[in-house]
Amino acid sequence: MKEVNMRYLPLTQDDRQDMLAKIGAESVDALFVDVPKEVQLDGPIRDLPTYAGEMAVEAHMKALAKQNHAAGDMPFFLGAGAYRHHVPASVDHIIQRGEFLTAYTPYQPEIAQGTLQTLFEFQTQVARLFGVDVANASMYDGSTACWEAIVMARRITKRGKAVLSPGLHPHYVSVCNTMARFTKDQLSYQVPSLDAGIDSEMLIDQIDDDTSCVVVQYPDILGRIGDMSALAEKAHAHKALLIAVVTEPVALGAIKSPGEMDADIVVGEGQSLGVGLQFGGPYVGLFGCKQKYVRQMPGRLCGETVDAEGKRGFVLTLSTREQHIRREKATSNICTNSGLCALAFTAHMTLLGEKGLRELAMLNHKKAVQVADKLSSINGVSLLNDSFFNEFTLVLDSDARPIVRRLADQRILAGVSLGRLYPDEKKLAHGLLVAVTETSTDDEVEMLADALATELGSERL
Amino acid sequence: MSMLAEGRPTKQEENLIMPDNNLPTTHTGNRALIVDEPLIFEIGSPARSGVDLPDAPDVESRLGGLDRSEPISVPGLSEAEAVRHYTRLSRQNYAIDVGLFPLGSCTMKHNPRLNEKMARLKGFADIHPLQPMETVQGALKTIYELADWLKKLTGMPAVAMSPKAGAHGELCGILAIRSALEARGDAREVILVPESAHGTNPATAAFAGYKVEDIPANDAGRVDLDALKARLGPDVAGVMITNPNTCGLFEPDMKAISDAVHDAGGLVYCDGANFNAIVGRVRPGDLGVDAMHINLHKTFSTPHGGGGPGSGPVVFSEALAPYAPLPFVEKREEDNHFYIVEEETAEDHHNSSFGRMVAFHGQMGMFTRALTYMLSHGADGLKQVAEDAVLNANYVLRSLEDVLDAPFGKSGPCMHEALFSDDGFANDLTTLDLAKGLIDEGYHPMTMYFPLVVHGAMLVEPTETESKAAVDQFIGALRSVAKRAKAGDELLKSAPHFAPRRRLDETLAARKPILTWSEPEEFAEAAE
Repeated sequence: MKEVNMRYLPLTQDDRQDMLAKIGAESVDALFVDVPKEVQLDGPIRDLPTYAGEMAVEAHMKALAKQNHAAGDMPFFLGAGAYRHHVPASVDHIIQRGEFLTAYTPYQPEIAQGTLQTLFEFQTQVARLFGVDVANASMYDGSTACWEAIVMARRITKRGKAVLSPGLHPHYVSVCNTMARFTKDQLSYQVPSLDAGIDSEMLIDQIDDDTSCVVVQYPDILGRIGDMSALAEKAHAHKALLIAVVTEPVALGAIKSPGEMDADIVVGEGQSLGVGLQFGGPYVGLFGCKQKYVRQMPGRLCGETVDAEGKRGFVLTLSTREQHIRREKATSNICTNSGLCALAFTAHMTLLGEKGLRELAMLNHKKAVQVADKLSSINGVSLLNDSFFNEFTLVLDSDARPIVRRLADQRILAGVSLGRLYPDEKKLAHGLLVAVTETSTDDEVEMLADALATELGSERL
Repeated sequence: MSMLAEGRPTKQEENLIMPDNNLPTTHTGNRALIVDEPLIFEIGSPARSGVDLPDAPDVESRLGGLDRSEPISVPGLSEAEAVRHYTRLSRQNYAIDVGLFPLGSCTMKHNPRLNEKMARLKGFADIHPLQPMETVQGALKTIYELADWLKKLTGMPAVAMSPKAGAHGELCGILAIRSALEARGDAREVILVPESAHGTNPATAAFAGYKVEDIPANDAGRVDLDALKARLGPDVAGVMITNPNTCGLFEPDMKAISDAVHDAGGLVYCDGANFNAIVGRVRPGDLGVDAMHINLHKTFSTPHGGGGPGSGPVVFSEALAPYAPLPFVEKREEDNHFYIVEEETAEDHHNSSFGRMVAFHGQMGMFTRALTYMLSHGADGLKQVAEDAVLNANYVLRSLEDVLDAPFGKSGPCMHEALFSDDGFANDLTTLDLAKGLIDEGYHPMTMYFPLVVHGAMLVEPTETESKAAVDQFIGALRSVAKRAKAGDELLKSAPHFAPRRRLDETLAARKPILTWSEPEEFAEAAE
């Protein structure tokens, strides 16, 4: 038999023979004696490649990567739940420390204080950013965290009707609809309309004594920022909960926290800080709530304690909520979360600090204000929003989706068309979401403005 | 001693101090490389930052009157301080890079660094999930290629790539089963799960709205086929079976189990957490499986990262393929164009899909790593992976069965993990005590108290990336600690002695949860 000499496999043929002798088996095949002969393959699976060296693999992967238009190589203005921010160089260095990268979930706390302390710091940062009492050690992403929040509200209120705001990200709505079909939760939702104002009255009217929660994105999918206080008040009057969803946490460096408006549960997508775009994953779900609901929270929680010598230390705690203890009675089936992305988030946040986060937020916002005014001065382009953070909706005088595609052919990634997000909604087809972050340069904005004007056949004023 | 639900002691015993070696105390309390690190809240300041930004343009803000006025109260550190903070903390962690990590059922194998390098290519790392498809053909082709590998390695015709982790993959599989049954107008209520299953299995079935019932095991640590057959009926939607199972054993009756479930109108979910034992040698598709998740962070070496991110693609049989979730990648053969099937395009030719599970396309960063790993090994290398993993585990089993009780050791070889029990430990010593003793020997402990069907279970999975010398050294350490446990060595009760922390009080943590940092009271008062 030809020996496979793989760079990751340390056993030599002699080792294998010695070990088989110790085991008392004639061959490796004898170790697979429980597998019925008829399902054992007679050799390596044939229509797959055989092993390859680093150089060959690298060439293959680089060829695939080259067929993509990287955001950093061209003007780029996409958002809609995933934002391109500058990540300080030290963040990637920190998450590549092998002691973080190749550790397991910290179930043996005496030799996992590094992971545990960073989780405790992460939980504190998230709770303070959201303006709530506690936060967990992360979820998969914003969309799954959103559904978990609705399930949590059902557990707390013992009611099954959730009211979703039209401004909630349509993919989040899709995820919730998928799950609700199986769990028999009732979701009330309608797509947004192209208005500057958020119709809170419509949401308030839907809250009644059967409502478990009202779910509001802040800022919303069209970039609008609405005060949630009245919603919280009405929800609480009916013993329902307000769930706020934050898809761009950098915004909370500039605007009031959802907790300040009395949100009971705040969830979010943490990708903006530290994680990068990565074509949609892995990202990091953020999950916080008021103290009184902590025992109904899903996911892992890190807590402070002391060791046998009285020294401060950290452990995973309240695990009696979790699947490995409670099995079918657990608050969620979640096990693996998004630990390393949470580390990236917390490291980026630590580098920013309050000062840096506020400056970053205002830089994003004010650049976005400039770009919004510049683009809406083009004939055939108007700005929907009165209020926004770093993303706003432009209404074009024609269908935005083909324009986005044509601009991409010119190596300009202009934004996310509402047609991509709401393919069935003709009335939204002229909408274009444009996100502006600290990474967008003035030259790139000029290129976008020129190209958009040309596409629309209009002069720039 | 009182025990938690999973059999762990809840309290520290008194009087378990190390013998006095006349060691000096230090001014800092630190001991050379063992250095305590304060919290960022104790060393940072909200006014400090490790990030420089250009000035914002001078324009009026348009924040709808909701400008933040309250402080956020998160501290900042300069880059120098931040790098030191996290570096010091990292050194309090055990990791695969530090040593053998025998955590059964978790497959802690080496994480190749080529994977990391490839995932960071800007063509993968710096692309947005909603870019026009023409601008991300390489990403879609990567997903398509990885899907092809997974289908061929499992012998299954379809795969859903979007689930975010193993438990999310389980959910995907169970929702597909439910959709298929509902589509034939045959709503069923019960999912059968063996007692030895991971907790995620029953939690998933419940999360999807099913009632959960146990499948009994036989004395050989396998599913009791006759008992299973007796329970099958028109109310049973399906079974969730881990194969190789959590006792580290292959289920030899798997095909018969699948046939029985199918005959009774149910479907078969296989938990693929232990796929590492059979990858390249056995295809689950040949065992009658209808759905199985694959933990890319186990078998295919994407890093565990201190608890994620994972990635849990799910392979499907013909029966379940039509119900797979959105979105997924397809190829137009005429021009080799790759495209995403999502809500709008699904209506044409995938209208049975149960819908979307996540906002975007799944764990792309894990896909690039896993594909890099597969290309590196190839079909022959992956077969070797399974064989070496199984060889290492059996070597551990046979090298230790004279000092540790191996409940299923008599019934033949194990797969990729060796299971022991606490039978014969003296002086009330427990599996936890042994595990903590192993920490002092320089190892992360094995999986403890799982599976639940074995008393004081210890599940040891060395993986294939350990050399014989490394495994021998580990065996020597575990042998020594096992002998101490059998001799009733009192010092094990207070282990670990040499870790950055002694045993931590988990009861205190749960009774009075402190989940976030608060300013010390005197400080807070002074600030008012």
